[in-house]
Amino acid sequence: MLDVVNLECRRGDRRLFSDLSFSLSRGTLLHVRGRNGSGKTTLLRALCGLLARETGEIRWRGEDISSLGDDYRRDMLYFGHLNGIKSDLNGIENLRVATTLDGDPVVEDDLWYALAQMGLAGFEDLPTKVLSQGQKKRVALARLVLSGAPLWILDEPFSALDLDAVDLLGGLIAEHVAAGGLVVLTTHQEVPLTSGQIQRLHLGT
Amino acid sequence: MWSVFRCILMRDITLAMRRRTDVMTTLFFFLIVVSLFPLGVGTEKETLRILGPGVIWVAALLASMLALERLFAADYEDGTLEQILLTAQPLSLLVLAKAAAHWLLTGLPLVALAPLVGLQYQLPPDALLMMVISLLIGTPVLSLIGGIGAALTLGLRGGGILLSLLILPLYIPVLVYGAGAVTVSMIDLADTQPYLALLAAFLLLALTLAPVATSAALRISLE
Repeated sequence: MLDVVNLECRRGDRRLFSDLSFSLSRGTLLHVRGRNGSGKTTLLRALCGLLARETGEIRWRGEDISSLGDDYRRDMLYFGHLNGIKSDLNGIENLRVATTLDGDPVVEDDLWYALAQMGLAGFEDLPTKVLSQGQKKRVALARLVLSGAPLWILDEPFSALDLDAVDLLGGLIAEHVAAGGLVVLTTHQEVPLTSGQIQRLHLGT
Repeated sequence: MWSVFRCILMRDITLAMRRRTDVMTTLFFFLIVVSLFPLGVGTEKETLRILGPGVIWVAALLASMLALERLFAADYEDGTLEQILLTAQPLSLLVLAKAAAHWLLTGLPLVALAPLVGLQYQLPPDALLMMVISLLIGTPVLSLIGGIGAALTLGLRGGGILLSLLILPLYIPVLVYGAGAVTVSMIDLADTQPYLALLAAFLLLALTLAPVATSAALRISLE
């Protein structure tokens, strides 16, 4: 479903990687590894269409993502280094904004359910600025529970999470892959999958 | 599609209500700048009437610009801007929602305050009314054009000063016709309609073009 052909990315004058090609089908997880500065985040941002590419192609369902535009963005969910939550809004409000932007049709009960799933019951109506780093990340990750997008692009989703949350997130990812979804993620730890396949990509070698 | 527009608009207003100081500083800045001039130039009625429209309009421009720097910067820092860029909705619609929120929070209060501060300049009632009307049409243009500058200077060091240098020249036509309308309204037999028509034309032009330009600038800034 997602095909990358001869992709080359630069940051300033430095070439991060070139001639990168891979192809992901339904129910696949791509685990991107590499040392710091090897271009993992750049690759993920390029896959989202946030970066202008000089060379190479990224195709989704056989079409180039830049010509797909909004149709591609509807199918894709990106979770970056920054949580993308507002510190003055509470968990429910943050999640409501996030799901509206994602275009997921949800009702009020879904928001409470998703936050409870992420182990945040009782913290829903606190402004996120009083939450800990890990709890903030949980609020941000609650989007995944409600997401209907087939392609998840997750940049270091496991950082700052405690063991429970790592299990929770691992479960969500495994469920998504088992349901035929695609996941591209960077992390320094192993992700247990119940079904589906893992592809590995090592950058900077 | 409009649910996303409403969502962003309500979000920005809720955020501003939880952080009222940002809105208040803009308003007090406007009040203070406008009040300084009568103190400096004296209380002579004729002088004040000549100065009034221009001073109030310039103060409105500066006040509107004060809040511009934060228009996208706050969203940029916490990553929500990335999420906004990656929605499947037209980006210009979301940008329009942000500009609308900026206007409701900075432009509209200025419009409401204008008659009050106009009294300090001994403006006649007709001129005060014209001040309100011209600001009502003109301040949305400031928010819309300002959005382009805010998007272009996003993430730059010293972006605030650069923003003023980029945006203030673009505000000149609005200033000329906005203050002009008020000045002309104080002259007998003079017609203010052409001034207002031109202001309205600027507004329509800004409404159609500014969101597109701002979206393009945001995509470049986030690369």
